[in-house]
Amino acid sequence: MVDVIRATGLVKTYGELRALDGLDLAVPEGTVLGVLGPNGAGKTTAVRILTTLLPADAGSAEVAGFDVARQPGKVREQIGLSGQYAAVDEYLTGYENLDMVGRLYGLGARRSRERARELLERFTLAESADRPVKTYSGGMRRRLDLAGALVAQPAVLFLDEPTTGLDPRGRTDMWEVIVELVKSGTTLLLTTQYLEEADRLADDILVIDHGRAIAQGTADELKAQVGGERVEIVVGTPADLASAQAVLAGLADGPVVVDEHTRRITAPVKGGAGVLMEALRRLDTEGVAVLDVALRRPTLDDVFLTLTGHAAEAEEQNKGKGKGRKPTTAQLEETSTR
Amino acid sequence: MSAMTIQKALGDGAIVAKRNLIKIKRVPDLLVFSTMSPIMFILLFAYVFGSAIHVPGLSYREFLIPGIFAQTVIFGATITGAGLADDIQKGIIDRFRSLPMSRSAVLVGRTTSDVLNNVLVITIMSLTGLAVGWRIRSSVFEAAGGFLLLLLFAYAISWIMAWVGLIVPTPEVVNNASFMIIFPLTFVANTFVPTNGFPHGLRAIANWNPVSSVTQAARELFGNTSDKFPAPKDWSLQHPVLYTLAWVVLLLAVFIPLSVRQYKRAASR
Ligand SMILES: Nc1ncnc2c1ncn2[C@@H]1O[C@H](COP(=O)(O)OP(=O)(O)OP(=O)(O)O)[C@@H](O)[C@H]1O
Ligand SMILES: [Mg+2]
Repeated sequence: MVDVIRATGLVKTYGELRALDGLDLAVPEGTVLGVLGPNGAGKTTAVRILTTLLPADAGSAEVAGFDVARQPGKVREQIGLSGQYAAVDEYLTGYENLDMVGRLYGLGARRSRERARELLERFTLAESADRPVKTYSGGMRRRLDLAGALVAQPAVLFLDEPTTGLDPRGRTDMWEVIVELVKSGTTLLLTTQYLEEADRLADDILVIDHGRAIAQGTADELKAQVGGERVEIVVGTPADLASAQAVLAGLADGPVVVDEHTRRITAPVKGGAGVLMEALRRLDTEGVAVLDVALRRPTLDDVFLTLTGHAAEAEEQNKGKGKGRKPTTAQLEETSTR
Repeated sequence: MSAMTIQKALGDGAIVAKRNLIKIKRVPDLLVFSTMSPIMFILLFAYVFGSAIHVPGLSYREFLIPGIFAQTVIFGATITGAGLADDIQKGIIDRFRSLPMSRSAVLVGRTTSDVLNNVLVITIMSLTGLAVGWRIRSSVFEAAGGFLLLLLFAYAISWIMAWVGLIVPTPEVVNNASFMIIFPLTFVANTFVPTNGFPHGLRAIANWNPVSSVTQAARELFGNTSDKFPAPKDWSLQHPVLYTLAWVVLLLAVFIPLSVRQYKRAASR
């Protein structure tokens, strides 16, 4: 299969900081690549280079057969972009925003009008179509921004954290829209901080940190590396930490992590609820007071923990890199069964 | 540039200009800035300073109003910078830059819509001026030339502002910077008072200030001059139309390429 998006050795530096440090990636035609990484990993930088917004310091990239640095105009004709922050004009209505984008793509007046109405309908914005975007909710803006990326029915689509900031309902809606798109053969590069999202949408997942790829594979392959669910407990007193850790170690299928400060113990397990019950029984026998307990799916934190040996945040402090970075708490959704 | 790319630049520019004009209509602040402040300026200066300043052979209001025109259209041109800075901050420029549109369209559209805004401003000011006793005492052609020259000069200033708007971090900085520069620029000039009362060094600066020449040109083209009060002897004010046009050409030649280059680089901050 042909690679519609291909990047080799991308480097971008900001002063001392290497935002991208030799990133390679490839997205075959008609597939979805999920680029997964915490805050500051370099996701947006990569997307901006691939969409011709930013020149790379080194390396090269091709989109739809055109070099992003040498033929940016050709690339722009092939792509749609929805950036991390919705780039819609507040003072124009939803309809005016899309109509303008259509005309700028060179669709002509009639086609632009039709296309704008079509997309507003499809993204359930028809009712608010003629209100200024200022009055839209965050989710509506996000949908409008995505609609803007689709105006010219591009063959290649870039979505930078399309669901960040959406509520669970908005997120599910957005996922449905994206799944539909992909069915129609669009090649998609999507960035996210949520393993669950990459799992749901992407054929292939690239985990990046500090501007470098640290793992790549299908969701299943990554999960096989990272393990399945986690049992997470919080004990009442620090004195109980050691015995609780011993109990969980007996049930875990990977390293048990103890956070002394929050008295939280996390253990990767196989066997779901059954193991959770067993853990509680054994803890009870040991006389450990458990404050909180959860069974949850692996998060980005767990991926990092497994792949790099320490949490995303901790790594940053250890290496003392990341000057001027945004805080990198890989914020994670918890699908806990509390 | 081939004819095709120029046509595309103008076509895309018109689309962007339309968007900016819709925005002026929807943002009350901008609309007030464009319509109320010129009226206020005319009334304030005409009534507050009108009695204090004496110009030989001419009513002060006739002397003053072309000066206020000049100052106001120059301030109108600063919208260009603030608007661009705002678009960068909100990521709109990124959206534009990812589209297969002409590279200069955003700038062409921005500066064009600001000229149109200035047309509105100057119309309102002229009507207010006529109401307080300002008169055009020349031919229709000369008067039209006067308005055109004011708009052209403001257009050139727009391109300076476009460049400023693309290099500063936020729209507020554009506003501060433009007040810091444009206030002295429009006051150290013949806009509000004759320069012959200025201290010697300042007078030379004022007389060669292009704001003075555009004002002098407007006065002459509107017929708001008097034989009892001849223009200063400096070449710039003896040939104000030519001198102003030379500045327009110079500013455009420098700032269009600078702005276009900066636009290509401007990244979302
Ligand atoms: N214009 C800039 N000037 C200086 N540093 C920058 C600039 N843009 C990005 N960086 C830095 O480069 C690194 C990568 O940033 P990038 O925005 O690509 O991260 P990201 O993975 O998209 O993060 P997030 O999840 O927070 O969006 C960060 O440390 C960031 O601070
Ligand atoms: Mg980002």
